[in-house]
Amino acid sequence: MRTPALLLACAALVLGASIGANATAPMIDKDAIITGTALPKTLSEYGFFRDPAAQVPDAGVTPYRLNMPLFSDGAEKLRFVYVPDGAEVGIGDQTLLDFPVGSALIKTFAFGEGADRRLIETRVLLHRADGWLALPYVWNEAQTEATLALAGTRVPVTTPYGEQINYRVPNKNQCKECHGLQGAVTPIGPKARNLSAEWLQAFLGSVPEGADTMPRWEDRASADATGAARAYLDVNCAHCHRPAATASNSGLDLRWETDDPYSIGVAKRPVAAGRGSGGLEFDIVPGDPEASILVYRMASAEPGVAMPELGKATVHEEGLALVERWIAGMPTP
Amino acid sequence: MGLMLALKSRASLGSMPNAKSSAGLIPPWTGREGCWDPFSPGEGLLVTSDGVTLVDFGVENPKGDGIKSKGADDIVYSRVRVTWTNGPASTNGAYGLYPVESTGVLIDGCEVSGASDAGIYVGQSSRITVRNSLASYNVAGIEIENSRKAIVERNYVTGNTGGILVFDLPGLPVKNGGEVLVRNNLVANNTTANFAPEGNIVASVRRGTGIMVMANDTVWVGRNMLYDNPTAPIMVIAYPLAFDDPEYNPYPREISVDWNIVDEGGTDPQFEGAEQLLAAFGGALPPVMWDGLEDPEMTTLMVHPDLAGWSVNLPKQGAGIEAARPGLLEAPAIGQPISIEGWGAPEALEARLP
Repeated sequence: MRTPALLLACAALVLGASIGANATAPMIDKDAIITGTALPKTLSEYGFFRDPAAQVPDAGVTPYRLNMPLFSDGAEKLRFVYVPDGAEVGIGDQTLLDFPVGSALIKTFAFGEGADRRLIETRVLLHRADGWLALPYVWNEAQTEATLALAGTRVPVTTPYGEQINYRVPNKNQCKECHGLQGAVTPIGPKARNLSAEWLQAFLGSVPEGADTMPRWEDRASADATGAARAYLDVNCAHCHRPAATASNSGLDLRWETDDPYSIGVAKRPVAAGRGSGGLEFDIVPGDPEASILVYRMASAEPGVAMPELGKATVHEEGLALVERWIAGMPTP
Repeated sequence: MGLMLALKSRASLGSMPNAKSSAGLIPPWTGREGCWDPFSPGEGLLVTSDGVTLVDFGVENPKGDGIKSKGADDIVYSRVRVTWTNGPASTNGAYGLYPVESTGVLIDGCEVSGASDAGIYVGQSSRITVRNSLASYNVAGIEIENSRKAIVERNYVTGNTGGILVFDLPGLPVKNGGEVLVRNNLVANNTTANFAPEGNIVASVRRGTGIMVMANDTVWVGRNMLYDNPTAPIMVIAYPLAFDDPEYNPYPREISVDWNIVDEGGTDPQFEGAEQLLAAFGGALPPVMWDGLEDPEMTTLMVHPDLAGWSVNLPKQGAGIEAARPGLLEAPAIGQPISIEGWGAPEALEARLP
């Protein structure tokens, strides 16, 4: 379905040229490292970046963005994908790009603008012969290297909203909370429906059916309230709240394609919410965001109440507003 | 969550913080300062792998649930304790021990206190044994929900709002709870005011409930000792709320209440109109309470002839207590013994007990 290597190699050369003589071209066999059995101790061992601090990718490593991103305390995210030369990318369930063995997804989390930008962590997902492996790397103060942090860590950061938080880098096992499906690790983000047609055309050489259907985050105000909210909930919640994933026992299924009102929470009573219920009876009460547990939990930053459980120390006010607008506009029975 | 275990099969874990698994894996907190992250979201400890043994440690004051194991088959919880040390409070986490969506669960010699939902909760699972454990000062002491083939035995269940609950709820991925045996438990003094956050099903449990069966098929309750559960020592009811789940049967079916040692019964029932009820029944409601609702195709309730009961006689599912027409319970005597073959945790789990 794709042969993008040439095009992207050209792009990377241009980038490489533009950053001048300081950049050292990593002569690293990425394929051997990605498909090997070792857990590389540092991010530079992969050779994904020509200039790691500036996040300039090496040849064959392609940047991408999602229409609707996952909120992580306001972190800026830099996403890249590496696919071995000549390998085919398919389309799987939910339009998830089906990257072959030897592929890698790379996501760097950063806080701060312009010259103040500080890289906090880079997570890599490696597609090895025995499945996907998720590894977190934490950047040093000098921003020269990121080191494998299997146990995760905490980093004090200031969010774009001016809040001081203790940002959590998840441990290796916690990666599975979001990336686990039927007991195996899987990528979540790069679904054709959440990628631009333009990027897909360049990367795959064609635009798959159902691609680019989720509204873009920056267009949310003008987007259809249902589409914007459902895309937001899919991206931020449905990796757990779906069958066969971490929160399957709740019975709440927030995937984009779910159309049964009960499954997405309408008139659905909580199962194991505890004080997360906030004294409310239903996940979603049409027309009444304030009576909806979904809103109550999104609006909380308190452990045990707050949703999502991981990767969120602050309330995402803009995301919350999307969901409130959608519930407020739901026809009441 | 605070800690998440994904141990290889047959691994075991205990004696925090220096535990090592028998598979040679080092738990993630080893070597870290302390072993507990007081800011952890979700639950204190999460297990997602099969074949894990949890033994000899305690969890205090988790923000959410205590120890959750999800989709973790053949799990053993042995001599594990979860406590909210401030006592009953709606701000405590929901569940103490929380195995869910699992086949093969053995809970033995554990203690849970202070959970704002259920102390020991087993949900959407099968092949379950909960025994020799202490559940005190929770909203529900022990709860078996949407599960099959469970044995609850030799537990001490005291100081909760409700002692032992066997529930089947609509709208969950795993439905049709039943085949539950509740025997040889001491269920006493479950008189703590309900402190569950509203919206949760256990928030509707009345203070003073001993053993409660809601919906389900084939539940056997026998040889328990029930003292000071003054709403109802034994309660059998239909799911009381509206639901929209065509696969769900809200009625209890084939519920056997065999011989149990019970005190005088409902001496302080938490119902509207309790005074009139008490007057009508001579100062105490008989020990077995039934709401009077049933699936007309099925036998609902069979009771040992030595046990007296009363029926609320509700006119239909979902009706409120104001529609009650209370009367003495006329249930058939318990019939043939039932087979419990294949109920309880698989025999192989016993070998992993310390």
